[in-house]
Amino acid sequence: MHRFDYYTPSTVAEAVDLLRSKGAGGKIFAGGTDLMPAMKERGRHPKYVVSLKNITDLKGISFDAASGLRLKAGTKMSAIHQNATVQQHYPVIVQGAKLIGSLQTQNLATIGGNVCNAAPSADAVPALVVLDATATVQGPGGTRSLPITEVFKGPGQVSLAADELMTEIQVPAPLPRSAGYYLRHVPRKELDIAIAGVGVYVQLDEAKQTFTHARICLCAVAPTPLRATGAEAALLGQPATADTIAKAATAAAADARPISDQRGSADFRRLLVNALTVKTLTAALDMIRAGR
Amino acid sequence: MAKRTFALNVNGGSYEVFVEPNKCLHDTIREDIGFTGTKEGCGTGDCGACTVWVDGAPVTSCLVIVGEAEGTAITTIEGLAKDGTLHPVQQAFVEHHGMQCGYCIPGMIMSSAALLRDNPHPSDDEVRHAIAGNLCRCTGYTKIVEAIQSAAKA
Repeated sequence: MHRFDYYTPSTVAEAVDLLRSKGAGGKIFAGGTDLMPAMKERGRHPKYVVSLKNITDLKGISFDAASGLRLKAGTKMSAIHQNATVQQHYPVIVQGAKLIGSLQTQNLATIGGNVCNAAPSADAVPALVVLDATATVQGPGGTRSLPITEVFKGPGQVSLAADELMTEIQVPAPLPRSAGYYLRHVPRKELDIAIAGVGVYVQLDEAKQTFTHARICLCAVAPTPLRATGAEAALLGQPATADTIAKAATAAAADARPISDQRGSADFRRLLVNALTVKTLTAALDMIRAGR
Repeated sequence: MAKRTFALNVNGGSYEVFVEPNKCLHDTIREDIGFTGTKEGCGTGDCGACTVWVDGAPVTSCLVIVGEAEGTAITTIEGLAKDGTLHPVQQAFVEHHGMQCGYCIPGMIMSSAALLRDNPHPSDDEVRHAIAGNLCRCTGYTKIVEAIQSAAKA
């Protein structure tokens, strides 16, 4: 690794001020699980590193039945998937967090880091997208909130300015009669990167017969995590049947914009999106009808 | 940036090291503090050979820069034995010959000892999940899983 200056601010304001005053060429160090390999092997050489480890205000999980879940951006994946409240109210978030790297990775990696690393294959992101999460970022001019989907610009590219820091992710309270599910396809059992992934979040009417809310997010089949709006439209107001799900899966495959690379062809990825959409929607329906 | 002093707590002892801030925890533990039981395989968080505990949680020490470990309690493989008696997982690896070349074993034991601390009677699937981040290129894992399960039953 090349040399870098190392700063450990103790507040968000101090971190933002460092990023502003030190200027270009800095990098925020959250869990380090993406940054360290990039600095060691992929030619990433920041002039300075701003560590978040001493900023206690960036860690923590809170839940309110009316306003929903708040995940501080520096909260580690293991803290999220081991949290009883998240397990109870947002199992789809747990599913994604448990898939990131190894257990060792999950003990370092943070939710804000997974979002801001902006990998199209990021496993923790589809759950946030389908749950309509918003992110709060703080910069020299103050704080602002944006829908999580607007964070992503392309592989590794986010809409945050260089002197802005993501501080928190808010997830709305779960809807009644709703459930989410995330699945990815990997050739191995563990420690792999999704060839394609699908996250869903759906709500049924009181009779549990009709889709009244639908969100689908596709993973690793576009430059960013991608809302499958065609597939969502194919569900909304339609009967919760295998036939409707099959139509939505066909639409999701059409919504995908995959490339061919060493991990899979574009055609294969579309087939995976179709199959994973059927599996995730079916599983979510089962959860709703079982009363979770 | 020039070298500076970092204060670390390793295996219950306090150490001050004078290193560049871009030095990773793994190299610091071995070269500056002298606990050479921890091994480096890949250096990029893929193989798990360098696994240590930070505040009890297994992490790959090659992905931690030294400053990130300040203020934490670090445990390496040397910190498991107590008063000359091997940790039950270490003893089980010896008895079941859960190793061939042995290079991955310190990390493997750190992961499996954390598993048994949190889940004293795991299934074989839970054992394999717990060591999924620890690659062994010799054994095929069967003897390792046997050793861990033997320690769980001990």
